[in-house]
Amino acid sequence: MATELGPTPVKEPASGGTPIHHGPKGVGEDNAIASQGKWASWLLAPTIVALAIVIVYPIISAIVMSFQKDAALDPVTGLFAEGGPAGLSNYTNWIFQQCAAPGGGTVACPPGTLGSQFWSATGTTFYFTIVTVTLETILGFWMAIIMARTFRGRSLVRAAVLVPWAIPTAVTAQLWLFIFAFEGIGNKLFNTTILWTGSEIPARWAVIIADTWKTTPFMALLILAGLQMIPAEVYEAAKVDGASAWQRFRMITLPLVKPALMVAILFRTLDALRMFDLPYILTEGSNNTTTLSILVVNQIRQGFNSAAALSTITFIIIFIVAFIFVRFLGANVVEQQTGAGKGKK
Amino acid sequence: MTAATELRAQQDRGRKVAQNREKWASVRTYVSAAVILFWCLAPAYWMVVTAFRDVGYTYDTSLLPTHVTLDNFATAFDTSFGNRFGQALLNSVFIGVTVTVISLVLGVFAAYALARLNFRFKYLVLGFILGASMFPGVALITPLFQLFTNIGWIGTYQALIIPNISFVLPLTVYTMTSFFREMPWELEEAARVDGCTQGQAFRRVIMPLAAPAIFTTAILAFISSWNEFLIASQLSNDATQPVTVAIANFAGAQPQQIPYTAIMAAGTIVTIPLVILVLVFQRKIVAGLTAGAVK
Repeated sequence: MATELGPTPVKEPASGGTPIHHGPKGVGEDNAIASQGKWASWLLAPTIVALAIVIVYPIISAIVMSFQKDAALDPVTGLFAEGGPAGLSNYTNWIFQQCAAPGGGTVACPPGTLGSQFWSATGTTFYFTIVTVTLETILGFWMAIIMARTFRGRSLVRAAVLVPWAIPTAVTAQLWLFIFAFEGIGNKLFNTTILWTGSEIPARWAVIIADTWKTTPFMALLILAGLQMIPAEVYEAAKVDGASAWQRFRMITLPLVKPALMVAILFRTLDALRMFDLPYILTEGSNNTTTLSILVVNQIRQGFNSAAALSTITFIIIFIVAFIFVRFLGANVVEQQTGAGKGKK
Repeated sequence: MTAATELRAQQDRGRKVAQNREKWASVRTYVSAAVILFWCLAPAYWMVVTAFRDVGYTYDTSLLPTHVTLDNFATAFDTSFGNRFGQALLNSVFIGVTVTVISLVLGVFAAYALARLNFRFKYLVLGFILGASMFPGVALITPLFQLFTNIGWIGTYQALIIPNISFVLPLTVYTMTSFFREMPWELEEAARVDGCTQGQAFRRVIMPLAAPAIFTTAILAFISSWNEFLIASQLSNDATQPVTVAIANFAGAQPQQIPYTAIMAAGTIVTIPLVILVLVFQRKIVAGLTAGAVK
């Protein structure tokens, strides 16, 4: 796409330094932009090609696979039957929780099989996403407000929040598994005797607590960065006008920090929707902690094509959520990124 | 009482209320800061304390270090139960460095173009790169698993390096793009006035100035590759597995018993260098992390 750049001038972005050519508009300007376009396409080509190989190719190949039947043991002949076109059956099998029946055709998947878990995995994924992102937003906002204040030891706090972020998720999962062990420090501190990984609610909350611990710092830092862009004079002026602390928060902080906040929530939501490491290691997907990602991974060894359909469904779900965020909730990532939002601060 | 003294008394009271309120606000700030410190550091502290605790006292819950020993670190590297933690460390370093270098080399050019040049489809390219960084790894794993099975790449290093580029390269590009935007580009202009070509200006003037930004991006890229688990857990084998997979599958002498102290020791080894690196470059790292969201 970047290789067919024409000589049409583009909008000057709001930031990014001074334009290179200051001459009068005309042929020279067009040539300048054409030459920049040529430059840009050369500079961007390696990245675009690399991403096309590692992302676009697998997506297309997953979609192609998802319309193929998995090779399976033919119940009549007792031989492995090759796949062949499957139409939409891989998709409908997941959505209606249908499995191949012995005599051909499909029946409702028996409980315990992967095929019967699509809606519960979807539910679990959204449950984790909504609960963790909500907790992380509230906690992250609170942390950011504290970190934005001036006090002795502020830099210590700002450094400390990076510690959970820097620990790999696999290690985090093992650490919290140990904390939540029956004889572990978690039960000891709160004087409880909960079998954390033994039933649904504690198992889910073990994952939620671990995830919140690990990712709130990221949220807090993004919100803090947003808070720091609000000029102090605005608060001073509001104070002089007699606005209460709550009014200042609601009328100044919230609207001004909203762009950064929305981007932070969007990032975290998309990240939570693909949650894998924590439940996979911490609870091994048991007790209703199987997310869509875990279901895909479990399916891979039972049939590529069906797994490809499920991963495509997962991708579509994530895409729809991202679309809703950007379109309706005003999380403008590209505008933020390109600096076009800068004038508004 | 005269009006003047009454007024003074009132002012005094007002000042006292304000002072009190300020004092309370500052107390609240310190209490909150202490809660944040505890919440962020306590679990990490527990990992380190457990790593140094004798395996016989795994579930000792005294908060200060007790039964201190270095045995767990030896156990972590012990291969007699089928763990290959030492090898996994080397694998992770190798994979992380390769992915980081490839992503930086490709990404630095793209970031320069995005930060500096005007061209059509700029927003489209940015959107594509940001979208790529949010792309779910699970959507890649199935086709790659099949492809790598067919060409016999399962368990090879390239099977682990190539998928990592899919999320490290976009991260590299957008972090560096926002760093590049903040740079003093007038110097480049000056170099061009002095007769450098745009390429020369980039190499001789901009590159040295951009070094800290590139270094920070490298740390972020390395960390995200170092933390990768999903793809590695499916496409690696015993010989090529990275540390995340080794730690997740860490086996003890008895299959039913999870060797927590050794796992915590392994976790400490994996984490401490990163934490030190992150704390030393704290300011830059935070700037890089938040670059995409607010700049």
